[in-house]
Amino acid sequence: MTTLTKPEDAPAAGASDAFLSVRDLHVRFATEDGVVKAVDGLSFDLERGTTLGIVGESGSGKSVTNLSILGLHNPLSTTIEGEIVLDGKELITATEPELEKLRGNKMAMIFQDALTALSPYHSVGRQIGEPFRKHTGASKREARERAIEMLEKVGIPHAKRRVDDYPHQFSGGMRQRAMIAMSLVCNPDLLIADEPTTALDVTVQAQILDLLKDLQQEFGSAIIMITHDLGVVANMADDLLVMYAGRAVERGTVREVLKTPQHPYTWGLLASMPRLTADVDEPLTPIAGAPPSLLNPPSGCPFHPRCAFRNEVEGADRCVDIRPELPTGRGAACHLTSDQKSRIFTETIRPRLG
Amino acid sequence: MLRFILRRTFGAVLILLLISAFTFFMYYAIPQDPATLACGKNCTPDALAIIHKNLGLDDPIPVQYWKFLSGLFAGRDFAVGHCPAPCFGVSFRDQQMVWDTIMDRFPLTLSLTIGGLLVFLIVGLGTGLIAARYRGTWLDKTFSSISLVLSSMQIYFLGPVVLGIFVYSTGWLDKPKYVPFSENPAQWFMGLLIPWIVMSVIFTANYTRMSRSTMIEQLQEEHVRAARAKGMTGRYVFFRYAWRGSLIPILTILGMDLSALLGGAVVTEFTFGLAGIGRLAVDSVVGKDLPKLMGVMLFSAAFILLLNVIVDALYAVIDPRVRLS
Repeated sequence: MTTLTKPEDAPAAGASDAFLSVRDLHVRFATEDGVVKAVDGLSFDLERGTTLGIVGESGSGKSVTNLSILGLHNPLSTTIEGEIVLDGKELITATEPELEKLRGNKMAMIFQDALTALSPYHSVGRQIGEPFRKHTGASKREARERAIEMLEKVGIPHAKRRVDDYPHQFSGGMRQRAMIAMSLVCNPDLLIADEPTTALDVTVQAQILDLLKDLQQEFGSAIIMITHDLGVVANMADDLLVMYAGRAVERGTVREVLKTPQHPYTWGLLASMPRLTADVDEPLTPIAGAPPSLLNPPSGCPFHPRCAFRNEVEGADRCVDIRPELPTGRGAACHLTSDQKSRIFTETIRPRLG
Repeated sequence: MLRFILRRTFGAVLILLLISAFTFFMYYAIPQDPATLACGKNCTPDALAIIHKNLGLDDPIPVQYWKFLSGLFAGRDFAVGHCPAPCFGVSFRDQQMVWDTIMDRFPLTLSLTIGGLLVFLIVGLGTGLIAARYRGTWLDKTFSSISLVLSSMQIYFLGPVVLGIFVYSTGWLDKPKYVPFSENPAQWFMGLLIPWIVMSVIFTANYTRMSRSTMIEQLQEEHVRAARAKGMTGRYVFFRYAWRGSLIPILTILGMDLSALLGGAVVTEFTFGLAGIGRLAVDSVVGKDLPKLMGVMLFSAAFILLLNVIVDALYAVIDPRVRLS
């Protein structure tokens, strides 16, 4: 990066009174090949009862962001800077015992693949009841009762009988439900769902998403939904954050971002989605090039090597030299003027989306 | 579970039968008359004939094998006296009942195994767990490099060095010898201390490295991270989630090592001048002593099979995905 402009979000650190507030988050891993800048100056807010969708390619920093919220990164090789405030509590500087009290209790995570995220060595009931015992001091019997209650809530038939089963005795969809039951057992205020439906077939996927919505209405939890499936986001989220190379490149409400996207990367994402109305022979349009290496990210705008509209930007090589800022609220981190953006979108992109 | 045990026992018996038949018939492929060996230097044809008769070598080989088999279950009578079941026969060389000789040697082998096992399991698994827990720190590096050096050691090198230092130079310890536990537990312990330690050094190093690497693998499992995400403490997750999974590969190797040790620690026994099953096995081969050979072979094979069944049963205890049917 040749010119690093000031952090992309305007509010001063700690000024936000949102339920979850992430400010200027930087996450770096030390690897044998060098330092990986997995998250590079990310800021966002999340209110109770709302859902934030985070989309982006693999390696865009979605999952890393959420692991840092939970404090589950490897402390030996990871450096975290910035601020993560959950309900007034600063998480980056919190001690491990403090975090342990919050994890599974106030904030919980649904993992992508329940087959690997549930231990094969312990019964489903035990794994669901464990955090309940830890955080509420419940007895073994109470925890088991609670596990049965949760399994019923997520729609597992014969929960009383299935509670002592092991994960391998459950089907894929049931495992994901059990996983959700496990993360919701203490009614967390913040739920992080890391591609919760990727491993499931479409009908089960819809059921799981409905289940999450119902549970959110019941408990008023805030949800962060990490996915690369824009369909899931359209269905679930209120707000949307598009990430690229560890940075947020566009944000807005789901409707705004999907209807009038402003960032060339978002255009690429939308154009690469298959359409029901399209001819079956019509090839999908991938984004040219490959995601950048985070060991040595491109200077300026990280998307510039793949951007088809770079030449439209006024002033020589601004995209290469200057990192575009993401405005607070609705907007995109791009040097194109808003007139250019809407013109390109209406003239070039929208017809392609069909 | 019962079906599993029955099925496996049946299989084990079948394997033992095959081993015994193979050994028996292969032995007679050696172009040498076992009777001349027993007869000694001043052998007359008459003496040879008597020995032939006494050893039962006049019968056709299949008949001899049948007699051997029935002796295992019903006992046999020999010139030197009655041999009760399980009768492995009488040695061609020293005219002793083979079963008695094995039972005479086995306590030493068992003592060596148990003592060594305790040392290498506790020290090996312990250091491995510590190295995995503090992965990448100086502690891990120290344990890892020491274990790498030690695992490339040999008992027949390390043994004399330790004897030289602790017995011959300083006189802190006595030369290793076997005193039965029932006779004098303190002498039993002191007599076997050096063999235990030297023997376990090599095993320990292997268990350190294996325990460390399987543990590191397990700690990277998603379910370990998921358990941390539930707020479970690091120590709880380390033992309840990660360690549980690392036990399976360790158990596999442990079963193999244990059955090898119970079949006789040949190098250890020779290094320290102890007479256990290992020395018996070598003696019987060198002496072309069929009954002894059969006895040691079947005895060791039985342990290998037994431990196999136990290990398989333990898999199911550790991992609920394993079903014993």
